[in-house]
Amino acid sequence: MTLFEALDFSLAAIVLGLAARTISARRVFGAVVAYVAYGLLLAIVWVRLYAPDVALTEAAIGSGVTGVLLISASTRLGPLPAPDAPPGAALKAGAAALSALVAGIVAAAVLYLPDPAPSLAPEADAHLAETGLGNAVTAVLIAYRSFDTMLEKVVLVLAVAGVWSVAPDRFWGGAPAPLGPAAPDAALVFLARVIAPIGAVIGVQMFWVGADEPGGAFQGGAILAAMWMIVMMARLTEPPRISSGWLRLALIAGPGVFLLAGLAGPVMAGSFFAFPPGFTKPVILFIEAFMVLSIAVTLPLLVAGPPNREARR
Amino acid sequence: MNDALLAAAGITLLTVGAGLARVLSGREVDGLMAVQLLGTGGIAALLLAASATGVAGVENVALGLALLASFASVAFVNASPTRRGSDRDENR
Amino acid sequence: MSVVLDLFTVLAVGLGVFFFLAGTVALLRFPDSLSRLHGLTKADNLGLGLVVLGLIPRAASPLAALKLIVLWALVQLGSATVAQMIGGALRRREEIE
Repeated sequence: MTLFEALDFSLAAIVLGLAARTISARRVFGAVVAYVAYGLLLAIVWVRLYAPDVALTEAAIGSGVTGVLLISASTRLGPLPAPDAPPGAALKAGAAALSALVAGIVAAAVLYLPDPAPSLAPEADAHLAETGLGNAVTAVLIAYRSFDTMLEKVVLVLAVAGVWSVAPDRFWGGAPAPLGPAAPDAALVFLARVIAPIGAVIGVQMFWVGADEPGGAFQGGAILAAMWMIVMMARLTEPPRISSGWLRLALIAGPGVFLLAGLAGPVMAGSFFAFPPGFTKPVILFIEAFMVLSIAVTLPLLVAGPPNREARR
Repeated sequence: MNDALLAAAGITLLTVGAGLARVLSGREVDGLMAVQLLGTGGIAALLLAASATGVAGVENVALGLALLASFASVAFVNASPTRRGSDRDENR
Repeated sequence: MSVVLDLFTVLAVGLGVFFFLAGTVALLRFPDSLSRLHGLTKADNLGLGLVVLGLIPRAASPLAALKLIVLWALVQLGSATVAQMIGGALRRREEIE
């Protein structure tokens, strides 16, 4: 067994072990900690599979933001009474069997792929020059299947609307609870003050180089979101009221600008979601900039949750 | 040289991965520390691999991880119920 | 010259990996959470620092080397904050859950 193979096997074993731990943990906190570790290792697995864009997104969203989301959800659920009847053995066995079946089908599909596996990667690369981009992943996301990506951003807006709708009527328009304690740790305040500007610059840079190197709007937006959340956790700023105009504008800016660009396609380039040739890279970056804004605003709002105080006049 | 760096990356990963045993036993805060160590070890392994293989973008992944690794840990410690005393009317 | 640099890289990286090993041992073997935290921060600090130091001679340009150093500084900042917060909570004997 070569060095690489040994490493791969060990990585896979640890990942599977962590997954098992996540499911079997007794308390939610332990499960979420295992889940964050699982996400981190999965990011390294993606790097090992030569997919740095996915690795970055996994580390940012899968491990970081989702972990925070889960832990704050579990904190909110804490005071609620436990369900009367925990799931019975039959239900658990059925769920386990179904999960094993799906995993087995996916594994079989991957293991029995013909060699070489069918792939559109060469064609994606072949037409890269027309898009003006250097990163095939970004080209796929924004140029080849732009409609899908726009719809994904719409789903994010719907998710935020769904989270907000959980609030009681009288709280509508108010602000969500603060993300941190009333007397935050001095170390956290220091961290927020120093890392937020640096992280913001890095986030923007990550988005900007995404055109030609691994990176992109989602990754950059996730980093910006994390920086805003750190600042809110240090109580240097508070979650905004959900009725505020700029917030709602920022939320819909991403899919909105995307849709407008798509609608302008018939006028400027001949068909829905076509970009004018020779001008594609600036248009793509323009759309992506607004996507970064929307993602950076959406993720912290999902973590902050529904409003829990009345809007003050 | 590249092989040596890759071996170092692998050893680092496996080492901090072994530390994850703390996620199984011990208090939950120990699991949190294990995850923090995993993050830092992962960053080190990524940097070593980036230097050894020259694949584009791996350093960026390490940079992103550096920013986010502590973000989750900080959020976890922050979310501890005993620390959020006066803000805990949120579920009413 | 490059042999000296290579030797430096190997030494620094080797020491860095050793510190990660030490940090893991501390995490697994020390008796209580505070001492584990102590070992963890040393590994974070020195392990990554030595690895970065060892990789600087191999950086493609001075700017790339600077990027490595900035990365290490960011990790330092973050993990120091986490250590402070965990330490404070442990000290106050709060349950972190």
